Amino acid sequence: MARRDERAARIGSHLVQAGFLLAVLILWYLATNRWGVNRLLLPNPISVWHQLLDVLRTGEYLPDLRVTLTELAVAFVLAMTSGTIVGYFVSRSRYAIRVFDPLFAGIYSIPIILFLPLYVLFFGLGPASKIALGTTISFFPIVLSTIAGFGNVDRIFVTAARSMGASDYRLFRYVLVPAALPVILTGLRMGFTVALLSIIGSETIASLAGLGHHIVELAEGMDMPRMFAYIAFVVVIAALLNGIVSFLEARGRRRG
Amino acid sequence: MNAPVRHFLPRHPGVVRLGAVILILIAWEIAARWFIDPLFISPPSRVFASLGTVWQTNGVPAALRLTFFELAVAFAISVVIGLVVGLAVGLQPFARRSMMPIILLLYGLPQITILPIFILYFGIGAASKIAFGATHGTFPIIITVVAGVQNLKPILLTSARSMGASRWHILRWVIFPHMIPSFFAGMRLGMTGVLLGVLLAELYVSTAGIGHFTTLFTENFDPTKLFGLIAMLAAMAIALNEIVRRAETRFGRWR
Repeated sequence: MARRDERAARIGSHLVQAGFLLAVLILWYLATNRWGVNRLLLPNPISVWHQLLDVLRTGEYLPDLRVTLTELAVAFVLAMTSGTIVGYFVSRSRYAIRVFDPLFAGIYSIPIILFLPLYVLFFGLGPASKIALGTTISFFPIVLSTIAGFGNVDRIFVTAARSMGASDYRLFRYVLVPAALPVILTGLRMGFTVALLSIIGSETIASLAGLGHHIVELAEGMDMPRMFAYIAFVVVIAALLNGIVSFLEARGRRRG
Repeated sequence: MNAPVRHFLPRHPGVVRLGAVILILIAWEIAARWFIDPLFISPPSRVFASLGTVWQTNGVPAALRLTFFELAVAFAISVVIGLVVGLAVGLQPFARRSMMPIILLLYGLPQITILPIFILYFGIGAASKIAFGATHGTFPIIITVVAGVQNLKPILLTSARSMGASRWHILRWVIFPHMIPSFFAGMRLGMTGVLLGVLLAELYVSTAGIGHFTTLFTENFDPTKLFGLIAMLAAMAIALNEIVRRAETRFGRWR
């Protein structure tokens, strides 16, 4: 009986979700086709769909996608390398943790996007300023989680390994890394997400190329159906990238 | 190291932290004074000395006030909508199960991609910044409020009801007190979101806000004023974050 109720409730909530999405689509369609909402404010869903197919078919997104992905890859690798190395060395001493952990956490609480104008001044409008901003923003979650991961390894594991004669390398490889990995992986995922957002964001604000830049170009050309289609495309790309990273995180966690 | 220092430092990591910050500032000062083109970087001493002139630049105080106003309104809207929607969704198991996936999906979208649409709908004035800040701040508040209501022990509701409490009484005396910690945690996350949203929109396009002046100082290669303005904004962001964080520690642990 209880199980039957539960199943009915689950089906019911899925129905509500599907109904919600359907209602949004129908309202969108009616608003543009029947109620005469200005096409410049809200394009017709059908023309957006055609534009989306066109964007995918022509492959015009490839140069921008390449720029954004390159920026993202460089920024994330820089942040990952510097964040884990700095975090590891800080975590080696309780005292260093007490000195530097609040410092990093304090800077992390400032909206770092504020520094974008400075980065544009230093590095210009090209990819370098986006890479610098993405690296800065994703450095902090990574370094903080690395400090937390290595800093909270249970002392007894270290003592036990030492007393069984583990070398420095073996202690690092077989005790510290497996114990710290889950926390570090979470930090890496967060760092990846904020790097992606900040890179698309800084492309939107000031840039010459990239996915964010293209959205702005379409917006300035008042090409609404294509802009909506392109936004949908970028959202899907972002969701795919985040999905891949979450998958890798879950896998690394199971292995670790 | 002599004995008093050896005993003093380990107990005061804050002193060493301050020392590290000062070292960074000194390195920056040296680099900016002698090694890097003054068109791009300005030494901290000059930035500090210029804070007064930045403040006197025509329109800057008004721009900072405008940005503060945008942040305050966006935050207020986020708290009200977040609380109402969070309670409405969280208190009803069926609503929670059907609406939460949609809310989480919307929260997961990269909102920065729709910033041009906000400008299109709300114009390039303050309204678009407030709207963009509010959408960034609302979702974390909804999610933490729902989580707070969800963690309520059913036995408390059952016992209140069996003692004859009305709906309003249950809301006022059982649900509200129990969701206060998560509500304040949500306000802190909401403030982070609002700061991000408003500043992104300001930097994207602005006629009178701080975004206008950051663009102006960047294009005129005036790093001293740019650093000064950003320092003021950072101070504003830190102060706002700190107020919300203090409120969280003050009201978050009543039990």
